Amino acid sequence: MASDSRRHSGLTFEVPFVEPTIRLNLAQYRAMVAHCFDGLPHEACGVLIGPIKDDFESTGDITEVQTCRNADESARTYTVDNDDMKRAMDRALELGVEVVGGWHSHTHTDAYPSATDVEKAMALGPYWLHMIVSLKQAEPVLRGYRIRGGRTEEVDVDVAGL
Amino acid sequence: MPVEVKLPTLLRVHAGGAASVDANGATIGEVFADLTAKFPALATNLVDENGSLHKFVNVYRNDDDIRYLEALDTKVADDDVISILPAAAGG
Repeated sequence: MASDSRRHSGLTFEVPFVEPTIRLNLAQYRAMVAHCFDGLPHEACGVLIGPIKDDFESTGDITEVQTCRNADESARTYTVDNDDMKRAMDRALELGVEVVGGWHSHTHTDAYPSATDVEKAMALGPYWLHMIVSLKQAEPVLRGYRIRGGRTEEVDVDVAGL
Repeated sequence: MPVEVKLPTLLRVHAGGAASVDANGATIGEVFADLTAKFPALATNLVDENGSLHKFVNVYRNDDDIRYLEALDTKVADDDVISILPAAAGG
């Protein structure tokens, strides 16, 4: 990707939407969903670690799914516990990969970013992969997104073996 | 002696792409001032308009969250590693 296609101003980035397919294995998917159920009635959250390319974009491959504590202990909001984020970053460095995104549950709404998700995504930058597990229906629904400059686009999620 | 500062992916673009950079200072605030002298685009991402740690980032000195130490006045010494982490939150 041409670097001159980017304009930066603080945390506001204008970069082309790139849509990697987020690839998880079945064990990672099950760990995410189990953590979401375990967290009820609160939202649950975690972090995704995996390789990035030279342009900082995730390849879409997820090396490990980290489960984290929701410091908010809330059914409406989440904040990844700081110490858990530190552990995830240390683990990523140990594996030679990066923290590439995060995931959280929506206990009673669809697997689509809320207004709060879009607002708080400012802090995470344009390369962050956002995944949401909805527990609204009997069967959990997992979806992935990019959120850039307040704009949300869904990305494909491939769970091997599901 | 400089300390090592580890940057999250979203800030590397402001620091020439480096995953970690060296900076000098006796406190986190001084280290950030040195960092932003080298990489001015980092300034608005680390410290807010009131001179406090920006809410978008969390900072660790080794394994300790500096919010529970002395925030930007937290002392740093040789061989300390400063980690800047993204604040992941939503609803």
